[in-house]
Amino acid sequence: MKFKSMICAALLLAASQAAAEERTITIATEGAYAPWNFSGPNGKLDGFEIDLANALCERMKVKCEIIAQNWDGIIPSLTAKKYDAIMAGMSITPKRQEVIGFSIPYAAGINGFAAMEDSTLAEMPGTGERYSLDSQADAAKKRISDIATFLAGTSVGVQGSTTASTFLETYFKGSVDIKEYKSTEEHNLDLTSGRLDAVLGNATVLAAAIEKPEMKGAKLVGPLFSGGEFGVVAVGLRKEDIALKTEFDSAIKSAIGDGTVKTLSLKWFKVDVSPRG
Amino acid sequence: MPFDLTFLWQTFVSLLSGIPLALELAALSVATGSLLAFGLALMRVSRRWWLDLPARFYIFAFRGTPLLVQIYIIYYGLSQFPALRHSFLWPVFREAYWCALAALALNTAAYSAEIMRGGLLSVPAGQIEAARACGMARILLFRRIIVPQATRQMLPGYSNEVILMVKSTSLASTITIMEITGIAAKLISESYRPVEVFISAGAIYLSLNFIVARLFALLEWSLWPERRKNRLQSNIVEKKGELHA
Repeated sequence: MKFKSMICAALLLAASQAAAEERTITIATEGAYAPWNFSGPNGKLDGFEIDLANALCERMKVKCEIIAQNWDGIIPSLTAKKYDAIMAGMSITPKRQEVIGFSIPYAAGINGFAAMEDSTLAEMPGTGERYSLDSQADAAKKRISDIATFLAGTSVGVQGSTTASTFLETYFKGSVDIKEYKSTEEHNLDLTSGRLDAVLGNATVLAAAIEKPEMKGAKLVGPLFSGGEFGVVAVGLRKEDIALKTEFDSAIKSAIGDGTVKTLSLKWFKVDVSPRG
Repeated sequence: MPFDLTFLWQTFVSLLSGIPLALELAALSVATGSLLAFGLALMRVSRRWWLDLPARFYIFAFRGTPLLVQIYIIYYGLSQFPALRHSFLWPVFREAYWCALAALALNTAAYSAEIMRGGLLSVPAGQIEAARACGMARILLFRRIIVPQATRQMLPGYSNEVILMVKSTSLASTITIMEITGIAAKLISESYRPVEVFISAGAIYLSLNFIVARLFALLEWSLWPERRKNRLQSNIVEKKGELHA
């Protein structure tokens, strides 16, 4: 008994010392969503969110450990306390808010379609246009119904459990055959092989993917959409970790304020995805 | 999160719609796989090196690599070759369903071949010699003496393999097929409640495999009259023992 309590005391002491030295926060990312987050050739995680996470942790004066986690288990593992936060291009949605909490947004989610240049889908209506599902809701819905008619009978790939899959389910169910994949890399493979006629996903991710030689012949088609189902991208946190949310909120506010988010966004996406306003 | 019985029930009902596809994949892959396995097993026991060696290599390759890797190679790997995409085979390999079926059948063939080989080798040499001495022709001997006994011998091992195949159909969900696990993944993505969904999916696989196991037990019972007799006798012996105690 005495021995046991001695061990307990020693462990407590060690734990409190570690806390005093430096707090460690574990952040999960997907590692398969370039250029937001991806594994480099040496297996090291890299991308916009890795840079941003390090910048935020510096401001929060904590040590960050960033780990890769499959997208489909990323929320359940957070609630199961496998890590403390998610930074994986995750948008705030009402459904996710039932389960986890979010920081203030650090990026906007802009989504679009990609198809092969030599297919009939390359002529999708609205190419080059951009709609906000919030401020231009009526115009956007009209465009969406044009596209639904245009795409009738085709197969469209999308990553499962994403805002893009919700968007497809909401507006295109019935008119197109929606195929869900575990990662964007997998649906891109099926687009080039011809199993899919088009894919829908984050425009920055698709734009980066079609630059690669494996995706030669693919291009972004149709309009870009933001707002509405696509929401804004934020750090995912457990609802009860209110202190951590406050810390992330002020770190994000300062990183947006001093232009860090914009700089990183231009570095990785060549466009500014900072949330407006 | 509280454990929600209504949600559990709704999940269970939605997952039921994945059963036909899962059973279809399992049944078709076991059927085609067993035909292939029979050929492979005969090649293995042929005592001709040019038949034995290719069969050995096939079994080595398909037993030595994970089924998931085989599914990915067939689905994502083969589609990377323009030669296949422009060939007459593409309409087949374009469909995730056929790719999954091919992977499952090729995989189970490798395991089943070894189970069948074990069954064939278990037939006592004395019986084969006796049959030959009676002047039985090779085909008749194979049909009357070897196959019936080999089938009985391999049933317990083969029932394991069939149960494994029912569970392996869950891997088809990784290539967009919406069978039980595919639907489960979608339900989790909508609800973020993996516990209830996986419990329901597990219960469904458990019930399916309970039926499969009972069917094999029934088959074994019908193919093994002397074992039925033995069991009866051993029951009587046990009863006697109880009385004495």
